[in-house]
Amino acid sequence: MKQYRAHLLVCAGTGCVSCGSFKIKEALEKEIKKRNLQDEIQVVATGCNGFCERGPIVLVQPDGIFYQLLQVEDVPHLVEEHLLKGRPVKKLMYVPPAEKQPVPKMKDIEFFKHQRLIVLRNRGRIDPEKIEEYIAFDGYEALAKALSEMAPQAIIDEILFSGLRGRGGAGFPTGKKWAACAKEKRSPKYLICNGDEGDPGAFMDRSVLEADPHAVLEGMIIGAKAIGASKGFVYIRHEYPLALKRMAIAIEQARENGLLGQDILGTGFDFDLEIVQGAGAFVSGEESALIASVEGRIAMPRQRPPYPAQRGLWGQPTVINNVETWATVPNIIRRGADWFQGLGTETSKGTKIFALVGKIANTGLVEVPMGISLREIVYGIGGGIPDKRDFKAVQIGGPSGGCLPAKLLDLPVDYESLTAAGAMMGSGGMIVMDDKTCMVDVAKYFLNFLQDESCGKCVSCREGTQRMYEIVKAITEGQGKESDLALLEELATITKDASMCGLGQTAGNPVLTTLRYFRHEYEAHILDKRCPAGVCKKLIRYVVLAEKCTGCQACKKACPKECIKGTLKDVHLIDQSNCIKCGACKEACKFEAIEEQREEAIQII
Amino acid sequence: MPAKKKLSIQDLAKIREKTKSLMTIRESEGRARVTVHMGTCGIAAGARDIMDALLGEIGKANIQDVIVTTSGCAGLCNAEPMMTVEVKNQPPVKYGHLTPDKLRKIFVQHILGGQMVADLVLAVGSETVY
Repeated sequence: MKQYRAHLLVCAGTGCVSCGSFKIKEALEKEIKKRNLQDEIQVVATGCNGFCERGPIVLVQPDGIFYQLLQVEDVPHLVEEHLLKGRPVKKLMYVPPAEKQPVPKMKDIEFFKHQRLIVLRNRGRIDPEKIEEYIAFDGYEALAKALSEMAPQAIIDEILFSGLRGRGGAGFPTGKKWAACAKEKRSPKYLICNGDEGDPGAFMDRSVLEADPHAVLEGMIIGAKAIGASKGFVYIRHEYPLALKRMAIAIEQARENGLLGQDILGTGFDFDLEIVQGAGAFVSGEESALIASVEGRIAMPRQRPPYPAQRGLWGQPTVINNVETWATVPNIIRRGADWFQGLGTETSKGTKIFALVGKIANTGLVEVPMGISLREIVYGIGGGIPDKRDFKAVQIGGPSGGCLPAKLLDLPVDYESLTAAGAMMGSGGMIVMDDKTCMVDVAKYFLNFLQDESCGKCVSCREGTQRMYEIVKAITEGQGKESDLALLEELATITKDASMCGLGQTAGNPVLTTLRYFRHEYEAHILDKRCPAGVCKKLIRYVVLAEKCTGCQACKKACPKECIKGTLKDVHLIDQSNCIKCGACKEACKFEAIEEQREEAIQII
Repeated sequence: MPAKKKLSIQDLAKIREKTKSLMTIRESEGRARVTVHMGTCGIAAGARDIMDALLGEIGKANIQDVIVTTSGCAGLCNAEPMMTVEVKNQPPVKYGHLTPDKLRKIFVQHILGGQMVADLVLAVGSETVY
C-alpha cells in the first residue's frame, strides 16, 4: 500500500453492483489514468454502503463528499472537476426529497446521520477482499486479546455480561448458548455460522458477509476458543454469489496469514473453517434443519431438546449463531462488555441491522441502537413514504413477523416490545407499506410463502398454513364467509401451538397481527365484497371516467389484452369481460381518467 | 507485508500500524488540511510542481494524517501558485507565489510545527461563505 491524497470508495455491494458499480469503478480508473492522477488517487471497491436506493455510490475521502446515482457518462466530468480542479460536482450529489439544495457530505445526510455502526463499522470503508485493510481498522485485535490474554471462561463471561442476544430471530442470549456448549465434555465440538437468510426483502446478513467477511471469521475464531471447538462451518445461501466469493477469499487470506489452521497467532490454538452452500430452502435457516443440511441430509428440523449445544452436528456439541451475531462478537471483546451494555435498552443491548424496504423513500440497510422508535427509522432515516402517500403498516420480522399499524409507530424496537405487539425482531427485515396496500393481500402473500416453504413434517404446519392460505385467498376473491375470521384465528393458534420449529410456531403471525390491527379490512372484503385499498383484482374493476377522458388513446396502446375500445378524441371504454385488471391503462393515463372502482361503488352505479 | 508467513501478535500490530496510517484518510480527520489551488491560473503557474513537492515531503516525513486536497482558483491569480493550510483548531492561512523550496519551509515550520511562516503569508482567515 502507499500514500494517496484521495481515496474513492466505490460501493460494491450486490445492490450497487446490479446498478453497474463495477463499470463505474472501471471508468474512474481509466479516467484517473488518463489525467495522470493514478499515483495520487486510489479507487477502492467496498462492501454495501447501505443507501441502496441511490446506487451506484462513490464516497470521496478525505472530503467526505457523497456522490450517488452515478452513470458511466458522469465519470469524466467528475474526475476533471472534483479531482483535478477540486470543485465537488453538485449535480451528482444527493438532494433530499422536497428540498432543492444538495447535501454534499455523507455525514450530513439524514439517512446516515442517525445510524450507529458497530457491526457495519467497516461498510463502505474497507476493501473486503484485502485483509490488511481489515487489520488497519483494529481487525483481529480482539482475536489476539482473546487468544493471548483471556481464558475460555473469561470470553464466555464477557459475552454473557454484554447482554448480546442472537440476531437471527429468537433473541436467545448468546453467552448462555456458549456456556451450555462449553460445559459439554465430549469432543470434537463444532461451530456454525448461519447465513441462510431467506426472508423476502431481507439482506442484512448478505451485506455483512459482503462488506466485512473477516469480522464474521474473527467472531467465530473467538467463539471456537471459548467453547473449545476445532472446526467450523459457514453456511451461506447459494443465491448469494458475491458473499460466497468474498467469504472464500477471506478464509484463504486468514489461512495464509496463520489466523486459521494450526497454532493461530503462535498461541497454540487450532481451528479451521469451511463454507457450506445452502440449496435454497427457507426452513434451512432453522438451526436443526441447517445442521441436517450441513450433514448432507434434507433440511428438516428435529425435536428439541436436546439442543445443538448438547447434540448438534453429527451428534456433537455445536454452537450455531447468525452472521450478525458473530460479527458483533469481536467488537464486544475489543471494546469490553461494559461499553456494549451501555447501548440499547434494559433487555436488548447493542445495535440491530435492518433492511428497510417497501414503500419508503430511502431504501437501504441501516444499523440503529436497540430501543429506537419505528417512527425514527421510517421517517428519520427512511425519509418517509414517497409519492405523498400515507403510512399504513410496517411488516417486521420476515414471514413469521407481523404487520404493525401507524398507532404503534412510537413503539421502541427491542425484542420484548415487538413480541408483545404480535410481531418479532426476526432477522431484521422491515417492509414499509402505504395506504395503497391491502392487508388481506399481504397476509395472503406471506401465507403462500409459508405454505410453500413448510417442510411438511408437522401436520399442524403443513395443513395449517395451507388451509389458512386457502381461506385468505377466498376472502380476497370475494368468497369469504363471516365465520372465516374465527376459523382463521383458531387455525393460526393451533399452528403456533402444535408445530415443532420456529417456522410453524410463528406461521400464524401474519394472520393474527393483520386480524388484530386491520380487522376492518377483512370485514370489508367479506361483508361488502370490497377491497378498500383497491388491490384485490376480483373485487375491483377499471373504468374510464367519461368527464376526464380526452380520447388520447394512451390507455388503448398500453392495454396488453387490447380490450379498450375508442377512437381518437372520443371517450374510451374498457371491455370488462376481457380485462385482466393489470392496471397498465391507469398508469398510462395522464388525465387521471381511469379509476379502479371497488365493488361497492359499482353496485351504486 | 510478509506473504505466506504465519503472523504473530506482534506482526499483527505492525501491519495495523503501517496500514492504519495509510487509511486514516478514509476517516476524514487529520492534523492538518492542505489545499493546493489548482485552477487554470494555478496550474499554469506551477501548482502541479507544488503538489508533487508536497506529496513528496509527506512521504519523506512518513506522516499520514495530513489531508491534501485541490481546489479551484482562489481569486488572486497573480499570486499563484497558492495553497491554504488549515492546522487543526487554527484559522486557515493562505500562502502565495510558491516555489517547491518555499513549500518545504512551510511544510516543516507550519504543517509539522504549527507555526505559520509569516514572511510568506498572503492572508489569515477566509472569506465569509453564506
